[in-house]
Amino acid sequence: MAETIQAAPDLTAWTCPAPLRDQPKVVMGHGGGGVMSAELVREVFAPAFGGRILSQLGDSAALTLGGVRLAFSTDSFVVRPLFFPGGSIGDLAVNGTVNDLVMSGAKAAYLSCGFILEEGVETRVVAKVADALGAAARAADVEVVTGDTKVVEAGHGDGVYLNTAGIGLIPEGVDIAPQRAVPGDVVIVSGAIGVHGVAIMSVREGLEFGVEIVSDCAPLGGLVATMLEATSDLHVLRDPTRGGLAAALNEIAAAAGVGVEIQESAVPVPPEVDGACAMLGLDPLYVANEGKLVAFVPRQHADAVLAAMRSHPLGAGAAVIGECVEAHPAMVVARTGLGGTRVVDLPIGEQLPRIC
Amino acid sequence: MKYIEEFQDPRLAQRLLDEIHATVTRPWAMMEVCGGQTHSIIRHGIDQLLPDQVELIHGPGCPVCVTPLEVIDKALEIASRPDVVFCSFGDMLRVPGTGRDLFQVKGEGGDVRVVYSPLDALRIAQQNPDKQVVFFGIGFETTAPPNAMTVYQARKLGIRNFSLLVSHVRVPPAIEAIMRSPSCRVQAFLAAGHVCSVMGTAEYPELAERFKVPIVVTGFEPLDILEGVRRTVGQLERGEHTVDNAYPRAVRPEGNPAAKAMLQDVFEVTDRAWRGIGTIPDSGWRLSERYREYDAEHRFAVGSITTEEPAACRSGEVLQGLIKPHECEAFGTVCTPRNPLGATMVSNEGACAAYYLYRRLGGPTAHKETSPVG
Repeated sequence: MAETIQAAPDLTAWTCPAPLRDQPKVVMGHGGGGVMSAELVREVFAPAFGGRILSQLGDSAALTLGGVRLAFSTDSFVVRPLFFPGGSIGDLAVNGTVNDLVMSGAKAAYLSCGFILEEGVETRVVAKVADALGAAARAADVEVVTGDTKVVEAGHGDGVYLNTAGIGLIPEGVDIAPQRAVPGDVVIVSGAIGVHGVAIMSVREGLEFGVEIVSDCAPLGGLVATMLEATSDLHVLRDPTRGGLAAALNEIAAAAGVGVEIQESAVPVPPEVDGACAMLGLDPLYVANEGKLVAFVPRQHADAVLAAMRSHPLGAGAAVIGECVEAHPAMVVARTGLGGTRVVDLPIGEQLPRIC
Repeated sequence: MKYIEEFQDPRLAQRLLDEIHATVTRPWAMMEVCGGQTHSIIRHGIDQLLPDQVELIHGPGCPVCVTPLEVIDKALEIASRPDVVFCSFGDMLRVPGTGRDLFQVKGEGGDVRVVYSPLDALRIAQQNPDKQVVFFGIGFETTAPPNAMTVYQARKLGIRNFSLLVSHVRVPPAIEAIMRSPSCRVQAFLAAGHVCSVMGTAEYPELAERFKVPIVVTGFEPLDILEGVRRTVGQLERGEHTVDNAYPRAVRPEGNPAAKAMLQDVFEVTDRAWRGIGTIPDSGWRLSERYREYDAEHRFAVGSITTEEPAACRSGEVLQGLIKPHECEAFGTVCTPRNPLGATMVSNEGACAAYYLYRRLGGPTAHKETSPVG
């Protein structure tokens, strides 16, 4: 083999592939909750709609209407499969919107629900989704008060798509927004991360991890109410759905212009999530959650809030994972188990399984 | 999961670090060959914990990065065909060919699917007899055996609507090419553990001897990497250059005979173009004559397309440790993680992207920490 080489290759000319930036067409990454999603909002939607309230880009909009403070949010659901361990598209449609509302401290009250059905889907399946949605609404203590149905031709949908919108009342004295994070705030997560994303992947991709992983999909209104009893002075709440904890922390850091530092060993990651992620080359910090929240709490209230969270079933696994710092504004930095550091950046598009 | 935490133990890591710190007396530059090792180094911040004298040069072992442009373009052309289901590992979807990537082909209606095993693609072929199912077979000696197995199975089961787009590469010719480069700074290699678990270690003593470099077979977890570095530093300080296996729980000297036999049967060694480098003789595999009908390039008669690489990118020099990323004129200006010119800026473990992030964190000095916390 050595004899066949005529000359050493010129390694100085070495260049490698780079992802394309200016996509003329929408790709899956635009829905990934990362940089590409944010660009779509910033460059297309925000300029088209304008508006001061939209520009805050919170999980829900905080409105004042007739002297009453309302939270208002909407979310669409295109999950496949429709039913998965621990929940269904119906559960997600309720809890997704409810959780967006409660992340502003609101008590969620009313939902709308739109069904986009694909021609040919069995009515039995639609009924099953509707039943799940109704049950989830009752469990979350919200009422579905208006709705809509559309049917698209076979091949133009994926069985059932849902959209929900919701409103809720923001209590007096509560002001929870990403912009309120300040250095010194303690960062708390309500429990184990990465569970929903791995549960979906395990059924969608037919991957078996030895144990069934059940989605954490749940409404968080009760947990937030318990936290507000400990103190009304919560600075930020966020449910780390698409893009995972990493995206949520980056959005907060950017919105408030603060740095966030987390201790990787303090982040609760269940062994089965860790194992699945190791196998697929994914990072649990970027995997979606549907029944967890991350809170930025003033240091003096942190112990009380943590204790309150742990007293609630959905916060039993709550843990302090880090703090808000003055250094490296708009950046999230993790201290690794070995004592090194790494920058936890906003994901670009969708997290992709690695080949090596 | 078992066998992950055990190899990330902070106290054992500190012990290895202490020993490396105590052993090193002068600067050494070593290259970790595999992209998986680079990922682990950045993911755990290992480079910041090593002594300043130990420089890790991130090598060419990322299959995504080295797959040549014309192969990507062939993939895009095949995937665009209405009768084709194109299956690939996930991270290939974002790699651009000329003007677009597989994500965009998917967005334009192409049937592009992410699979986790080439055998999944074969199953898709069985389930869709009226479609042509193509698997994108890229990677080093690690991914080659399962791809070979899939073609073998396709032939055995008489599944004729399956084919493989092959761009496999081999590590030893790449090591040789790096060492033959006149500007080479690499003084030792952490060889890719999983490649050696397939191929064994027999290909390396000749290279170690000819180029007078230690080659230490190294795993992927933090303790594996630190042990590889410890043994490499030991050899360098003693002036030795032997092949050492620091990953014996996965690597036997003879490798995996069954996998090697499968490779022998299905593939044959060929010259292979590496993206941005050009052709390295004998550095790849293609399907052997008896499996040629399963070669997607033959089946779809895709023509070759010329490569246009961005001229401003100096990642070749970065990859050899000849310049630091910020010494490149494009760094941080026209080249950023969101809009990268080269692979070293693409993923977080790329040398340029890592440098970019840590610069934002507080300048180049923040890249190293003087007092690691155990």
